[in-house]
Amino acid sequence: MTGALTRQMIADRLVGNDADLLVVTGLGGTAWDASRAGDRELTYYLWGGMGLAASMGLGLALSRPDRRVLVLTGDGEMLMGLGSLATVARAAPTNLAIVVVDNELYGETGGQMSHTAGACDLAAVARATGIADSRLVSDAAQLEDVAGALRTLGTERQGPVFAVVRVPGQLSGPPAELPPRDGTYLKHRFREALMGSAVLR
Amino acid sequence: MTAPVPLPVSTPVTWPDALYDTLKEVGIDQIGHVPDAGHARLIDRCEHDPGIAVTGLTSEEEGVGLAAGAWLGGQRAALLMQSSGLGNCINAIASLAEAGQFPLLMIITMRGEWGEFNPWQVPLGRATRDVLLAIDCRVLNVHRPDEVGDTALAAARLAFDSSQRVAMLLTQRLIGTKAFR
Repeated sequence: MTGALTRQMIADRLVGNDADLLVVTGLGGTAWDASRAGDRELTYYLWGGMGLAASMGLGLALSRPDRRVLVLTGDGEMLMGLGSLATVARAAPTNLAIVVVDNELYGETGGQMSHTAGACDLAAVARATGIADSRLVSDAAQLEDVAGALRTLGTERQGPVFAVVRVPGQLSGPPAELPPRDGTYLKHRFREALMGSAVLR
Repeated sequence: MTAPVPLPVSTPVTWPDALYDTLKEVGIDQIGHVPDAGHARLIDRCEHDPGIAVTGLTSEEEGVGLAAGAWLGGQRAALLMQSSGLGNCINAIASLAEAGQFPLLMIITMRGEWGEFNPWQVPLGRATRDVLLAIDCRVLNVHRPDEVGDTALAAARLAFDSSQRVAMLLTQRLIGTKAFR
């Protein structure tokens, strides 16, 4: 597959057809995208706690080295947690991927420009913290490469995957049916799907 | 009324070992920390334990995300920080841990409350308890070495068995005041 990227293609391709993947999303756009790709028990949508998606993905990845973990977040959310990239690089889990949907905008607050609209290069930041496999994705073929890398998580890798998917100016609105917004419910359904109903007792 | 402790503490310090033993007893799998002198021995013991994954954080708030992620995956994490680091965590504790009713065990070394040398440590040290209570955390204070193990056990049960956000405050009187010469 080649050609131009739409932001919905990212969640559709990376989350929509990978039932085993453990997913943490950012707030707003990436939660909408992931929800539209198909609500699933093994996705934890953040509705708050901005800046924590990568850290949450790290805790999850360390707890389940036998599973593949994806953090799907936006540029604004990632910018708020830049330090967590250094922490991820240092911990170096091989089963974690962080994919940033970079529209260069704060989409939920009026479309203000983010730092990535200027000189800030998140892929370079991630590489500089020590995440060697840090990619810039600009077309559908490169997105396919990321999808392939997700399949190798935890097995054939030396460290985590970081990818910035460039979709400048592309906004995402909430889906007709919102993803669940009760964080406690999302937690319970995730844990039950992963470990069975015994964890609820 | 407990006996006054000399400043700085000059007796051998064993309470970090009691803390470590309790963390093992309650099944802690992960530790997140920003280095702190008061936690140095505990961090060292955890780093030498292959059964505990120790994650060095750039800022304490990352630890709240780390702990929530660990819980999603079926593990138990504890966060080690200094009282000044709590200030970095407030939105994370309220908007993630509290909103999702995640267990959260924070072991906090206090500054600014007992013979503090550095005035920059005083404001948040003085506010730590009130800030924690304002965001609905449970607060357990430890003043004496012989209270450390029991309090850690109670804090961990409250956090993991009752899904609470719990801060165990290791008072500066326990830790000893940092001395500069």
